[in-house]
Amino acid sequence: MADSSFIAKSFARWTTRLIFIFLSLVVLYPLFWNLMASLKSNTELMDNNAFALPKVPHFDNYARAFRKAHMGEYMFNSIYVTVASLVVLYLLTLTSAYGLTRYRNWLSSTIKTIYQAGLFIQVTVLVIPIFLLLNSIGLTNSREGLILVYAVGALPFSVYLLTGYMVSLPMDYEEAAMIDGCGRWRTLFTIIAPLVQPGLITVMIFNFFTFWNEYILALTLIYDDAKRTLPIGLSNLFEVARYATDWGALFAALSIVLIPTIVVYSFTQKKLTEGVTAGGIKG
Amino acid sequence: MSLSRKRNDILFFALCVLPPLLLYMVFYIYPTLNTFWLSLFEYSGIGGAMTFVGLENFAYILKDEHLLKSFGNNLILMLFVPFPTLIIALGSAAALSRKDLKERNFYRTVFFFPSILSFVVVAIVWYFIYSPNSGLLNNCLNALGLKALALPWLGDSRTALGAIIVVLIWQAFGYYMVMYIAGIDSIPQELYEAAEVDGASPFKQFYKITIPLLWPVIRITLVFMIGGTITISFLVANVLTAGGPNFATDTALNQMYRQGTINANYGYAMAIAVVVFLFSMILSMISNRLTNREEKTHG
Repeated sequence: MADSSFIAKSFARWTTRLIFIFLSLVVLYPLFWNLMASLKSNTELMDNNAFALPKVPHFDNYARAFRKAHMGEYMFNSIYVTVASLVVLYLLTLTSAYGLTRYRNWLSSTIKTIYQAGLFIQVTVLVIPIFLLLNSIGLTNSREGLILVYAVGALPFSVYLLTGYMVSLPMDYEEAAMIDGCGRWRTLFTIIAPLVQPGLITVMIFNFFTFWNEYILALTLIYDDAKRTLPIGLSNLFEVARYATDWGALFAALSIVLIPTIVVYSFTQKKLTEGVTAGGIKG
Repeated sequence: MSLSRKRNDILFFALCVLPPLLLYMVFYIYPTLNTFWLSLFEYSGIGGAMTFVGLENFAYILKDEHLLKSFGNNLILMLFVPFPTLIIALGSAAALSRKDLKERNFYRTVFFFPSILSFVVVAIVWYFIYSPNSGLLNNCLNALGLKALALPWLGDSRTALGAIIVVLIWQAFGYYMVMYIAGIDSIPQELYEAAEVDGASPFKQFYKITIPLLWPVIRITLVFMIGGTITISFLVANVLTAGGPNFATDTALNQMYRQGTINANYGYAMAIAVVVFLFSMILSMISNRLTNREEKTHG
């Protein structure tokens, strides 16, 4: 009796395990396949054997991706735009979340409501009016314009998440700091910011991926090739490779976008999944 | 002292709140309002004339065959993306939160990963899964002896939208699974223990404890899924198929984007955006109404 229920239980366990292993393969194998393909020669890629491993690793695919397809420049632009957007977002989020939680009256609650409305409007849908706006103030085809749009686009979610951390913070810290003669601004950046660090880190990690991966705004707002970011460079290369068939360079370029994501993810995945539960929203 | 202190404080808070608010109003709220405003005009670009046409753009939508086809695709996506995503995410979350599997954190990490990939990467990866001759899918089918099933998935207008649906589910289910796991973890363990003592099977525990207590989370995620399906299908189709073949994977936002960029037909593009906006709001409201358990038990 005890035996048969044990067998039933371990049968159930192995069935679920098999299903999950299958699902893991469905998620991981295509990505693994792309990484392998980035090391294959173009003749290997043509011979239609999807499961073969590269005979010798062809790192020249990467050399071509960097030299001919300008992936190096795109990468520089992506790093610049991502880091600058995160810095701007950090300043905007920290100051406005602090102001809105510590200065409470009808005005600050109205402002909070206006920010919350933004949670229901996806920036992707606004791409055309944003383009028209930037065009009328001369900020199209500018990485700085893109940075501004990214940082502001992430603001509703970030303010929402950080105010959640701020409200639970006791006032004692600031009062003690101010009695010690610490100014308002210094208190905010040296006392408050470290106290809400978990929230700030969650906001930064989430938006790192959003900014690093963003496609449609970067495609629409920037038209100079030298100013484009990695996702745009990659999708252009994809368009070209379909006809020119330098698949090797395409897979190398894809890996150049993918590998930083994997690295950052492996360091931050715990924080990231905590963020999903804390905020629960991502555009 | 105290008065100037107070004045300083007000200045400090104003400097904290107002600059971000100003940027937000200009770069977020203004474009939103402008969407509605411009939808009433015929307008073809900076410097061009802006002619007020009232609801004419909206009237034209009803006669635009390609656009209606795209809205049809949006409806099909709504029928076949959120619900399967919900089932897979919820099922995985329930199984993983039972803690029978030692490697459960591994699965969680893996399944979440596609949701942080660039849509460009997602689209290209799937292009090579679906590719007719060298693609992974058809290679698998051939290896299993199912050569007859090996279709040109993205090239055939009968299968292309289905192919996109699979991509959207693949991309999103892990994200929602993590949300459900967190929700399930916050359910008091004693409830399950008591059910276990009473001899309730795992399935019964799932229906009687997990689902009802997770219901508020499920309701919110359904609203997210509706919004996500509309934008992600646009982004993926834009890279993967450009709406083709023969508009089979075109969505309303793809048409909006083309009207706004290639045709510089801004008024019409914004009218489409307004309809998409209303479409997603109405669907969210319907979903909220249908999932409102309180009302059902009382009425």
